Amino acid sequence: MVAVMDRPEMPPTSLAVPGDVLLEVANVSLAFGGVKAISNISFDIRQGEIRAIIGPNGAGKTSMLNVINGFYHPQEGTITFEGKVRRRMRPHEAARSGVARTFQNVALFRGMTTLDNIMSGRTLMMRRNFFWQALRFGPALNEEIAHRKRVEEIIDFLEIQHIRKTPVGKLPYGLQKRVELGRALAMEPRLLLLDEPMAGMNLEEKEDMSRFILDVNQQFGTTIALIEHDMGVVMDISDRVVVLDYGKKIGDGPPDEVRANQDVIDAYLGVSHG
Amino acid sequence: MNRAVATADGSYDTLPKLLVRNAREMAARPAMREKDLGIWQTWTWSQVLQEVRRFSIGLTELGLGAGDRVAVVGQNRPRLYWTFAAVQAFGGVPIPVYADSVAEEMAFVLDHAEVKAAVCEDQEQVDKVVAIAAEVPTIELVVYDDPRGLRDYDHTRLKSYEDVQALADTALAAAPRRAEDWERGIATHKGADLAVMLYTSGTTGKPKGVMLSHDNLVISAQNANIFDKFGPDEEVIAYLPLAWVGDHMFSYAQSYVAGYCVCCPESPETVNDDRREIAPTYFFAPPRVYETLLTAIMVRMEDASAAKRWMFHALMRHARKVGERILDGDQVPLGDRLLYRLGELLVYGPLKNRMGFTRIRVGYTAGEAIGPEIFRFYRSLGMNLKQLYGQTEASVYITMQPDGAIDAETVGTPPPGVEVEIAESGEVMFRSPGVFLGYYKNDEATRETKTEDGWVHTGDAGIFTADGQLKIIDRAKDVGRLVDGGLFAPKYIENKLKFFPNVKEAVAFGHERDYVAVFLNIDLIAVGSWAERNNVSYASYQELAGLPRIYEMMAEHVAQVNRDLANEPMMASAQIRRFLVLHKELDADDGELTRTQKVRRRYIAERYQPLIEALYDGSTEKFVATEVTFEDGRKGVIEATVKIIDAETFSPAGADPLSQAAE
Repeated sequence: MVAVMDRPEMPPTSLAVPGDVLLEVANVSLAFGGVKAISNISFDIRQGEIRAIIGPNGAGKTSMLNVINGFYHPQEGTITFEGKVRRRMRPHEAARSGVARTFQNVALFRGMTTLDNIMSGRTLMMRRNFFWQALRFGPALNEEIAHRKRVEEIIDFLEIQHIRKTPVGKLPYGLQKRVELGRALAMEPRLLLLDEPMAGMNLEEKEDMSRFILDVNQQFGTTIALIEHDMGVVMDISDRVVVLDYGKKIGDGPPDEVRANQDVIDAYLGVSHG
Repeated sequence: MNRAVATADGSYDTLPKLLVRNAREMAARPAMREKDLGIWQTWTWSQVLQEVRRFSIGLTELGLGAGDRVAVVGQNRPRLYWTFAAVQAFGGVPIPVYADSVAEEMAFVLDHAEVKAAVCEDQEQVDKVVAIAAEVPTIELVVYDDPRGLRDYDHTRLKSYEDVQALADTALAAAPRRAEDWERGIATHKGADLAVMLYTSGTTGKPKGVMLSHDNLVISAQNANIFDKFGPDEEVIAYLPLAWVGDHMFSYAQSYVAGYCVCCPESPETVNDDRREIAPTYFFAPPRVYETLLTAIMVRMEDASAAKRWMFHALMRHARKVGERILDGDQVPLGDRLLYRLGELLVYGPLKNRMGFTRIRVGYTAGEAIGPEIFRFYRSLGMNLKQLYGQTEASVYITMQPDGAIDAETVGTPPPGVEVEIAESGEVMFRSPGVFLGYYKNDEATRETKTEDGWVHTGDAGIFTADGQLKIIDRAKDVGRLVDGGLFAPKYIENKLKFFPNVKEAVAFGHERDYVAVFLNIDLIAVGSWAERNNVSYASYQELAGLPRIYEMMAEHVAQVNRDLANEPMMASAQIRRFLVLHKELDADDGELTRTQKVRRRYIAERYQPLIEALYDGSTEKFVATEVTFEDGRKGVIEATVKIIDAETFSPAGADPLSQAAE
């Protein structure tokens, strides 16, 4: 019937109003022994935006992402997510709270198929326990069908139908990155963290990935924070940009403003730091 | 003309009428499938009618009506196929456009056809059409199927497919009799009405809009269905471009006439998997699809264990021996039949399953020459692969191979209703119920192509073989004559040479010359791997191409081609007397090939003038310096002394050699 045609639109994953502050980083400092990775950084991520964190090598970008993710615990400062000050938590707790991420180096289950990898992103949402799932019967089966449907929507969205049953280890790098994005999307995050989503990609793959990031943001309303090396890409797709250098924030604002910022230019062109 | 067959049921002479008939008589049978979210979704004929009716009425609500032209842009999606019927239902004319054409080409077509609306698959196509709309003032409406990425677009002239159908729902709720009016409107259309305009891709000059009537499509489809006994149980997979007449015929007209089911793959990349799942009963593909499938299998077989490889090769040998004869229903000894059965169980069956050919009843190939080895491979597996010859201007069918009379080198006989003749010039001409109405807004071209009494110039040169099958030898304009008057068809000779895996390209010369001579390019992959296996070392293409052993190898291939040519009365005088192996690969960067890898004959003739001279003045070697362009745009010069060899030729009867090879 007609119902067959009506592909249910994916529901927006957050009910918050666009423009509200989703996550606030206030005066955060992080040190490993004597090395200060991040010192006294503050910025916010607003509902529905694409927020980029950029900076030269060693600027503290990934450390920043790990702090937001709950993997590192800052010695000073607070992280406020959805109006609540985050206590010390483990990464899986952060995941349950609606934050998903991808990694700089692809971190997928190489021997498993694309489908299974993305399904693994649904793990936290499985309600039936292990024994039910092992039986694959009754409520557990219904639940799996519902999750599978959602996963298929993501596969369709990312245009990776042709590799659905291919072990991820056999895929080219650009596609692995896409699968990783798929797994993060499967968690239906309210905040999606992307660590160098375009590292090591050729121009065409970068353009594809940019398209997907914009579409995720537009279609699902997912707030995205991304770290990226490639200035061109960042400036094209982000709403606001934070620039870090040697663990300090040296710029924050819309792309055009940041591009004109003398400190940022110096950081990228390598002026000596006094 | 055999119209008795054609108008067996004259009341269903348009495609929308056939849809209404199918929805009534085959309501619950599957009409269309599409793989979506990993699952095959199915629509029955009655559901398709509903979809089409809602979309059609929705479009009329938006101001479209009889005579309006609607572009259809995208890949094989059910909704785009439904658009054809929806537009035809209110007397409009759908114009499918190649989805991969660049905006400029598309602009020409949309402007030339004065389209009023465009139905697009997705954002990519919408972007192109919106960019064009500035130049094509007639475009008033753009409809899209997949809403992804289009949310923030200006929706004043842009509508989603669902939006359009919703308009119809509102209209139908207000006035339920609109549905009957709609069907009554369909009943008023006639078979002679313009049904569709298909723009030919136009390798020369601007594309031309071929106008086909409902009669053209419906009668040709009926004849083809009768020819191959297609009924409502067929399943086909729709994966070729919508704008190509073949797809319009196989996936639309023939489906509506026979009531068979058309399946749309999930995405272009998944076609092979999708075909395997559907296992179509009728399959059409250009030769390269069959080639690619075969190569993939051969590569995988090389990786198989020794025992499996042995079994595969042994049973394939047997299949080559008896497979085609069993398929054609010839007498075959019982022992051979039993072994073939065993082969079916162990090798042929699994192979066909892998390729998605398990249920295939009829497979066709057309478009260009298929390698005889490839053709025979599929046939020996028991797949009924046949060739056909067709054109947009003919509503596809000019000749087809009937079951049991198959030859790798011919394209068959005219099906019922089609007449074919060879003109004085050697050009193939035909007359059939499928002959197009004319080129849109191009009477001059129409007059050049179609005679007063309905005969159409195909532009191809051909001959009829002794058993009445048509054989296409070349483009008519490329066919020349030797000094002694013998027929010289360069592409025919070149294709024969190119079927050897070791030969990458060949360029034949002979028009107004004493004899035929050729340039050869070796295939660096095939010959390189031969060299590796035989401990022949080489540093470059140039060195490899000049080795005496390579020349010996090429001489054997040329002799084989000559032996074949000697067996054909029309071609015997076109045997290759002398040849050389070029010192560089022909390359599109140097302008020697087109971007689609076709030989640019005239340019090569100019560029290598000294070598051509040498082919005809009897010299055994020639020094040349050739300018080349590297990929980064720099230019350089390749110098070489190219050897020229006499080839072995055969007397027409195939008996004593006329002259022996010089080496």
